[in-house]
Amino acid sequence: MIIKGRAWKFGNNISTDHIIPGKYKFKTLDFRELAQHAMEGIDSEFSRRVQPGDIIVAGRNFGCGSSREQAPLVLKHAGVGAVVARSFARIFFRNSINVGLPVVICPEAYEAVEQGDLLEVNLAEGMLKNLSKGTVFNFKPLPDFLLKILLDGGLVEHYKMHGKFIWE
Amino acid sequence: MPQTLAEKILSMKIKRDVSPGEIVVVEVDAAMAHDGTAPLMIQSFKAMGMTKVWDPSRAVFVIDHIAPSSNEGTSALHKMMREFALQHGLNFFDVGEGICHQLLPEKGFVYPGGVVLGADSHTCTHGAFAAFSTGIGSTEMAAVFGSGKLWLRVPESLKVTVTGALKSYVTAKDVVLHVIGEVGADGATYMAVEYSGDTVKEMSIDSRMTLCNMAVEMGAKTGLIASDEKTRLFLEGRCQAPCKTIEPDSSAYYTDELIVEADKLEPMVSCPHEVDNVKAVAEVEGTPVDQVFIGSCTNGRLEDLRMAAQMLKGKKVKCRTIVMPASREVYLKALREGLIEIFLEAGCAVGVPGCGPCVGGHHGVPAPGEVVVATTNRNFKGRMGCAEAFIYLASPIVAAHAAIQGKIVHPKEVS
Repeated sequence: MIIKGRAWKFGNNISTDHIIPGKYKFKTLDFRELAQHAMEGIDSEFSRRVQPGDIIVAGRNFGCGSSREQAPLVLKHAGVGAVVARSFARIFFRNSINVGLPVVICPEAYEAVEQGDLLEVNLAEGMLKNLSKGTVFNFKPLPDFLLKILLDGGLVEHYKMHGKFIWE
Repeated sequence: MPQTLAEKILSMKIKRDVSPGEIVVVEVDAAMAHDGTAPLMIQSFKAMGMTKVWDPSRAVFVIDHIAPSSNEGTSALHKMMREFALQHGLNFFDVGEGICHQLLPEKGFVYPGGVVLGADSHTCTHGAFAAFSTGIGSTEMAAVFGSGKLWLRVPESLKVTVTGALKSYVTAKDVVLHVIGEVGADGATYMAVEYSGDTVKEMSIDSRMTLCNMAVEMGAKTGLIASDEKTRLFLEGRCQAPCKTIEPDSSAYYTDELIVEADKLEPMVSCPHEVDNVKAVAEVEGTPVDQVFIGSCTNGRLEDLRMAAQMLKGKKVKCRTIVMPASREVYLKALREGLIEIFLEAGCAVGVPGCGPCVGGHHGVPAPGEVVVATTNRNFKGRMGCAEAFIYLASPIVAAHAAIQGKIVHPKEVS
């Protein structure tokens, strides 16, 4: 799976409260509505300006805080193609795979990417290209069983396709 | 091989020795979702085509995050939970029963050696009972509800040894805030934080739960404490499962160790807008306060309410102060001890057991520019529903003292 899009840069410790404030998620399961508030806690313009396939490039501990799966889901519904970070909070990382939002741990890329750079991510090969700068970074691909869930489109699709979970 | 507590519990669970980094599949002893996560879980459960909950006696729904509901959208999601719970015969705790992390141990779902998964990040609280407990998302919870199993990565462990006697105005909350300040908001990512030492041994179950509750604030998968006689006494009459004593081996390998000299600790606060922005109360003394909140899964237990009441007895609050017991059981005990009367006479607003203003949905959303001192676990921008408010996290003693003074003040004169 290859994802291509413009970079949106964010700093360290972007919490799920930044990604989707709690006050919205208790009211609805309508993700078209929730996606309008994606990243609202840090950039109120984000949901209006993000283009399909765009890639978030963040610092350490992206997605820290609450276990709300609404966080990766609003990013996905807002059109985000992947999140590349120096590191992820554990639950956000699992949730992203389970909802089919590609997540990439690539600490080296952070300094080498500027807002708006055109990026290309190859998940299976573990390669991130900064097409604007002509640089290439390698990252460790996900373990096979997680990559499979992600490429199936998340845990629901995975289960529907196979009739069981890959770890069973 | 000598084992950490995390390795020992997971090894007992799957009946072979495990080591950090390994992926294991575990059978789940208790699974919980609340009104912030259950609706999405139900949706995923149905989308997967599942029709049966693996073991309804081990599955729990709690309405605590927006309880009672503040709007019709939330009410519709609550209704969806009630219908699902009824249809599948789940354990269901409705509005007013309390916070999920308080209810699970109170109602006997947590015991040493058990694996507890919750669709809530603070599920790590149950490590206080030597259960392996951690937070997951809604769709994974749907998988657990359907199959009773989930994969887990065996964590490395960080050992936090706490020794010495705490000063009278220093609490478990100050200990954990200190630890978070040292370790950082992502310093224990994916690890188990294992607390030990004579101070922890001396601590009540309420205090131990406070320590483990905030493990996730360091990025940890769980917090853990060995089970002992205190664990057994708490669980007696609550759960059917035997209360085993589970301790780590003394020569187990830890990735790192932090030693906390408890007798040297002073009251701490976590300052806006990051949990690891931890300072001594003395450094922010005099900060004016608009709202105080005493409650939550971190500090809404009987011991916390006793500490707050001791401060507030015979005094009047100078800023609006909201008190929410963590559960109905805690509320009733506080009522019978006269604590609720103390709060009311001091001018506090005493609310329904639940998460309250911690999650920013209702029951005390601050205004822009306002300062809140809360006994909760997160101070992210916008956490309490207003991105322009400033949240300080503190112990019930510091919070109650701030309520009386209308500003953050060191509570040293109180014994």
